[in-house]
Amino acid sequence: MGEKKEYFTISVYSENNIGLLNRISAIFLKRHVNLLSMTASKSEIDDVYRFIILVKVTETQVKKIVGQIEKQIEVIRAFYHTDSQTIYQETALFKIASDLLFEEPHIQNIIKKSGAIIVTVNKKFFVLSKTGTHMETEALYDALKPFGLLQFVRSGRIAVTKEAMNISEILANFKEE
Amino acid sequence: MSNTSQITGAEAIIRCLLAEQVDLIYGYPGGAIMPVYDELYKFQDQLTHVLTRHEQGAAHAAQGYARVSGKVGVAIATSGPGATNLVTGIADAQIDSTPMVCITGQVASHLLGSDAFQETDIVGISTPVTKWNIQVTKAEDIPSVIAKAFYIARSGRPGPVLVDITKDAQFGLLDFDYKKCTGVRSYKAIPDTCPDSLKVAAAIINSAKKPMIVWGQGVILGEAEAAFAAFLEKTGIPAAWTILGVSAIATDHPQNVGMVGMHGNYAPNKLTNECDVLIAIGMRFDDRVTGNLNTYAKQARVVHFEIDPAEINKNVDCEVAVMGDVKHTLAAILPHLETKSYPEWFAQFKALDAIEKEKVIDNELFPNPEKGISMGEVIRNINEVTKGDAVVVTDVGQHQMMAIRYANFIRTKSNITSGGLGTMGFALPAAIGAKMGAPNREVIAVIGDGGYQMNIQELGTIFQNNTGVKIVVLNNEFLGMVRQWQELFFEHRYASTEMVNPDFVKIAEGYHIPAKKVTERSDLEASVKTMLATPGPYFLEVCVEKENNVFPMIPTGASVSDIRLS
Repeated sequence: MGEKKEYFTISVYSENNIGLLNRISAIFLKRHVNLLSMTASKSEIDDVYRFIILVKVTETQVKKIVGQIEKQIEVIRAFYHTDSQTIYQETALFKIASDLLFEEPHIQNIIKKSGAIIVTVNKKFFVLSKTGTHMETEALYDALKPFGLLQFVRSGRIAVTKEAMNISEILANFKEE
Repeated sequence: MSNTSQITGAEAIIRCLLAEQVDLIYGYPGGAIMPVYDELYKFQDQLTHVLTRHEQGAAHAAQGYARVSGKVGVAIATSGPGATNLVTGIADAQIDSTPMVCITGQVASHLLGSDAFQETDIVGISTPVTKWNIQVTKAEDIPSVIAKAFYIARSGRPGPVLVDITKDAQFGLLDFDYKKCTGVRSYKAIPDTCPDSLKVAAAIINSAKKPMIVWGQGVILGEAEAAFAAFLEKTGIPAAWTILGVSAIATDHPQNVGMVGMHGNYAPNKLTNECDVLIAIGMRFDDRVTGNLNTYAKQARVVHFEIDPAEINKNVDCEVAVMGDVKHTLAAILPHLETKSYPEWFAQFKALDAIEKEKVIDNELFPNPEKGISMGEVIRNINEVTKGDAVVVTDVGQHQMMAIRYANFIRTKSNITSGGLGTMGFALPAAIGAKMGAPNREVIAVIGDGGYQMNIQELGTIFQNNTGVKIVVLNNEFLGMVRQWQELFFEHRYASTEMVNPDFVKIAEGYHIPAKKVTERSDLEASVKTMLATPGPYFLEVCVEKENNVFPMIPTGASVSDIRLS
């Protein structure tokens, strides 16, 4: 049996409602499924919000979870996608002591090659921002870690799908009834 | 500032209820809901409020009312403990898809989050057990929110909705304008029926050699009884019911082959694993129905008629899902179906029925005279008087299985029980709601001695309102179903299941309810007749055999075909 666990990106289009986040997270809690990350923002449609949730589960599980999410009154539509069906990114911030730039010139090469952006520099520290896949930010983390990081943080995944979402059509369809 | 045409939020709540044709609500007052009670006082000629003795009683009464009438049940309570006491009833309504609107008072909005007196986050608490819930902090939001609450509670797959209203919103003023809600942008109450699904389903059904129907409460909730009867008549297929589906067609309907599930009938359980096509109608493949999913109907092509997309392939994968309201889909598929009959297949059911009758049913309905009264024979005596034309309300446990296995039904919406949640204490308050929702029908609450004592305080509600509920307590001085499991699976270790009970007759008489206790079989028939001939409420305690078991039984984790007769 043993269906393989994979990464799935769940996209939820919803009305903005204070209680909805609670409702959605309860669905995961009830099934002991860890949210690897969750991001909420506005979407391409006015007054419609979008959650991006990353989980590692079997496809059978994710199907049922999405079914339960979609059942919530304020949810317009929920989808799940594999990594190959989405364009996804995360952003990591690295706070590093400024001295290192001079003491460890190799750092400059790492930064250059990584394509990270320097957000701010002052005498004490500088902050790097790297946007990319989890693997890319992880690689930069591994490269910089030996020099010492003052702080490190990484955002949740954000993603858009390769296929069209057609949320406006779905909303129009709701309205017709 | 104040405009004379404006009304308070509290008055708006009452006007909203009236606009939704609500004429009866259950509840219990308290600090944060007092403005609403003050308005109830003013509107008492239009809206009856029944004071239960506990908020849990109010919730279950609202459920009983909703289940028997098909209307939305309404319960109101104050903040804090008033609200939390509703939660069991709300959870029960959620899992059994009962339309209910609960209105709770809340502390004033400026106190929210300050751990104020009787403040509790009831929206947070009730989130996993409501179809929808919301907190209102402004008077002007009340009409649109309550309109939405009723729409969501009753539409599609019904369920409970909770509206939490702060005290300042109840006192606040608004211009009242009530518009019934007819849709919510993000919510599709009834999914579209794909015309192809009807054709594919019909082809599967028409090709079947040994088809079997399992129907659930969806037939009753969707008021699809007539469409279902027509479907049965044309297809000629044997049909079995889940516990909540019973009474959608008469017990003696020739195609009714009994109950499926843990304590269901022998034939439909066994033959679930022999049918070639399994037609599920408005049911959700609960674990108590399916037993071990790995050995459930694996040989069958499954056709699922369902309103809730989340139920499709949740527990049992189907070959085709016919989405929609069963009232519509059962009628729409009819022209595609062939008129058929399955005499040999029915004979298989009959042969297994005969085994169950000999090994289980005869002993239960007509026990050895040496033995004490059985639960089944009490139900048989009730059947003989009611002729199946009564609403039977049950609690949870052995008596529930016995009552539902053996009660006869000739009308729909006649069985009210706590199915999914298995809430002990459900029956007494639910029976109050059932009687008020169907005042011209006989309502009989069959309860065990354990569950009876979980909401026994509702005798006060019955007394105060002279509610004509007939209460039958089947007293075996045990928490019988748990004791049965202890006997079968825990080597007779009866941990905390033996009950030392009070004098139930005296308690009933304390509430001025006529009461009788039966200990001898010779006394049973006449006592049941007296109970049913007495106007108003009546309490009948029947002392039954202490250690009888409910059979057949599918042990937890076993296959439906491993159903045990002893």
